[in-house]
Amino acid sequence: MKSKTTKSLARQNRWVGFFFITPWLIGFLVLQLYPILATLFYSFTNYTFTNDPSFVGLKNYIRMFTIDKQFLESMKITGLYTLMAIPAKIAFALIIAMILNQKVRGIGVYRALYYLPSILGGSVAVSVLWRVLFMHDGMINHIIGTVGLGPVDWLTDPGIALGTLSLLQVWQFGSSMVIFLAALKQIPRDLYEAADVDGASWWLKFRKITVPQVSSVIFFNLIMQTVQALQNFTSAFVITNGGPMKKTYIIGMKLYDDAFKYYNVGYACAESWALFVVIIALTALVFKSSDAWVYYADEGVRK
Amino acid sequence: MRISNKAKNVIRHIVLIAVCFVLIYPVVFMFFASFKESNEVFTSLSLFPEKYRWENYVNGWQAGASGSITFTNYFLNTFALVIPVVFFTIVSCSLVAYGFARFSFPFRKILFPAMISTMMLPSTVIIIPRFMLFKNLGWLDSYLPFYVPAIFACYPFFIFLLIQFMRNIPTSFDESAKMDGCSAMMILRKIILPLLKPAIFSAGLFQFIWTWDDFYNQLIFINSPRKFTVALGLRLAIDTSTETVQWNEVMAMSVCTIIPLFIIFFACQKYFVEGITSSGIKG
Repeated sequence: MKSKTTKSLARQNRWVGFFFITPWLIGFLVLQLYPILATLFYSFTNYTFTNDPSFVGLKNYIRMFTIDKQFLESMKITGLYTLMAIPAKIAFALIIAMILNQKVRGIGVYRALYYLPSILGGSVAVSVLWRVLFMHDGMINHIIGTVGLGPVDWLTDPGIALGTLSLLQVWQFGSSMVIFLAALKQIPRDLYEAADVDGASWWLKFRKITVPQVSSVIFFNLIMQTVQALQNFTSAFVITNGGPMKKTYIIGMKLYDDAFKYYNVGYACAESWALFVVIIALTALVFKSSDAWVYYADEGVRK
Repeated sequence: MRISNKAKNVIRHIVLIAVCFVLIYPVVFMFFASFKESNEVFTSLSLFPEKYRWENYVNGWQAGASGSITFTNYFLNTFALVIPVVFFTIVSCSLVAYGFARFSFPFRKILFPAMISTMMLPSTVIIIPRFMLFKNLGWLDSYLPFYVPAIFACYPFFIFLLIQFMRNIPTSFDESAKMDGCSAMMILRKIILPLLKPAIFSAGLFQFIWTWDDFYNQLIFINSPRKFTVALGLRLAIDTSTETVQWNEVMAMSVCTIIPLFIIFFACQKYFVEGITSSGIKG
């Protein structure tokens, strides 16, 4: 729905708006749409950056699911990483946001400090820090040692290293928390007051008021965080370099190696399309299930 | 069982402070470890160093790739990369957001969803053709692979963020300016942009931090140490296969590379929170 004023503004010259979006349109066509299609094209070839690509049909895709065991393995590891990291991250974010929403004093300070890891978390510096903290002689083992636990091989035990990487994700829950906090503040107070009059328990209020009121925000955040986690690269590259025994060799690293280390460009393109399809499937979920999203895309005036 | 409000409040603060402590401790550890002796980083239980070794910073700073290259180069390079990217991003995204938010034009019904959906576009699916394109143009090992996408508004998240803010500016402002004979460009410059300043500022801050942290693209597009950014320089410092890594010096340089992020975050905290809540997407 467009407001009448916008319409009359626009009627006089239909191309004015087009003029303003031209930079994006060029960027979209040349730096986004063309690369997507080129990646698809190369995925059916044996391109290596230096040869003239020749068409190999579905060979790359067949190899992904038959000869190259590492592809499905890396997808599995990436999925596991995401499953360990994202639900915990979202849960933490929601719990802390709910506590902060109780008219806590010093909310500004807490919010800033909780948010800080999200600002720093993507940097190489923090990945380096993680590596130092979780080494065999690192601070974490010292700390758990004082209560008689460990030492744990956080980075070298094949069963644990991936969990250590997902902790770095969970550590950055602050950005989601800030979003949830804003959503919680939007919930009309009288809903809770009415529930209090009826003598509803805390749990009932949480289930019947809080969750439904912020569910679209949570869900949307869940999907966006997942899409990002599936593409993680830096932390695995810097902290464990894919090891031990390739147990943290996430798909982002495999794609990078196949393309820029082994120059199996055609094959890497096929792999990135496979990843893309997974992400499209998740995106389809967003479009199907989030009311908020449909609302924006319909260009409703936000109120 | 009834717990008094006061007790509840105390419990809340205890939980919040405990979580806060766990979150912030690693960063505090990094700061103090950067002054420790190399062994002390791993052997000492104490948070504080026995002696504050400022030479870690001096040595770490100079431990560049090949003699003459130091972190001075890396920092100057990073600023040379990040600042133009931020500038180009906010200019291009403001123009595009204005176009989408205020006008109807041919193909808008296709282009707007196209723009929104590129927010989910994984970088892995476009990086290889982009790499080849930039290679053919001779742009590898320069910062053009970063500037050009910013010039052409390839950051749908910021366009979306600015559109969200623009929707809160009443269109009646545009209308009356138009009555007074303002062109579309003048309305943008004289009315929209001044009101949009906080949002533009938020976008600029996020872009600064994300570009500063963007290791993946820097790794792919930059390969000579003379052009390295702090992220690449830091990675080089832990990648010395011949000698053992001086973790205290690496910690010192890690601290240096996040100081700009710290300053920006604490100085402009409000804008981060506003930016992220009004977009509701990521951060």
